[in-house]
Amino acid sequence: MVTLTHYLALSAILFGIGAVGFLVRRNALIVFMCVELMLNAAGLAFVAASRYRGLLEGQLTVFFVLTVAAAEVAVGLALMVAIFRTKKTTNVDELSSLRG
Amino acid sequence: MGELIVFYLLAGIAIATALAMVITRNAVHSALFLVLNLVVVAVFYLLLGAPFVAMVQIAVYAGAVMVLFLFVIMMLGAERVGGATGLRWQAPLAGAMGAALIGGALFAFLQTPAGLAPAGSLPAPLGDPATIGERLLTTYVLPFEITSILLLIAMVGVVVLARDSRSEGK
Repeated sequence: MVTLTHYLALSAILFGIGAVGFLVRRNALIVFMCVELMLNAAGLAFVAASRYRGLLEGQLTVFFVLTVAAAEVAVGLALMVAIFRTKKTTNVDELSSLRG
Repeated sequence: MGELIVFYLLAGIAIATALAMVITRNAVHSALFLVLNLVVVAVFYLLLGAPFVAMVQIAVYAGAVMVLFLFVIMMLGAERVGGATGLRWQAPLAGAMGAALIGGALFAFLQTPAGLAPAGSLPAPLGDPATIGERLLTTYVLPFEITSILLLIAMVGVVVLARDSRSEGK
C-alpha cells in the first residue's frame, strides 16, 4: 500500500535533484527551472499530506504557491531578458558586476 | 498492490525526467523534460484525490509557465549557454551535499512512519473544484484577494522591466 512516507520520500528526492541542479548548472534559465522543480516537489509533499490527513489546507497552499510561482516566473524571465539586453549572456558566472 | 506498481512506475518517470532536466546540455530539452516532470506530478495529484490542483498544475505550470520559458529560451538563443562549466571542485561538492540532503530527508521520513495509515482508515478524498472554490471564497478570502493583487503587481513589474529604455524618448 502506498503510504505518505512514499510520497514524502519521492518529494525529497525531487527536491534534492533540483537543489543540485541549481548549484551545478550555469545557464540562468536552467537554474530558474531547477527552482520550479523544487517548488513542485514541495507541492507534492503538501498535496500528499492533505490526502493522508484529510485536510483541504494542503491543496489550498499548493494553489497559492502556484500563483506565486507564476508571478515569480514572469518577473524573473523579464529580468533575464533585461540582463541579456545589456550583458548579451545568461551565464551566471559572467554576471559578476557586483563582485559576488 | 496495483497502486504500488503505478506509484513506482510514475516515481521512476518523475526522477528520470528530473535527472535528465539537470543533466542535458540543451536548455530546450531541459524545459521539455521539466514539462514531462510537471505532468507526472499532476498525475500524482489526481491519484491523491486533488483533481482541481492537478488541472491547475497542467494549465498554469505545464502550460503557461513552461511556454513562457521556452519562448524566452528561444528568443534569447540561450539553448547552449553555460555548457562549459567554470566550476572545478564546486560541482562534486554540490553533488555530495545534495546527496546528503536527500539522505537526511529520507532518514527522517523513514524514521517517523508518518503515513502508515491502514487502508480502510484513510479519509475520503477531497479537493473537487466546488469544495475548493467555497473554501477559497469564505475562510481564505483574504489570501485569495492578496493573490490577485500580487498578480497585478507582477504584471505591472514585467511591463516596466521589459520596456526598452532606449526607445523611451520616441
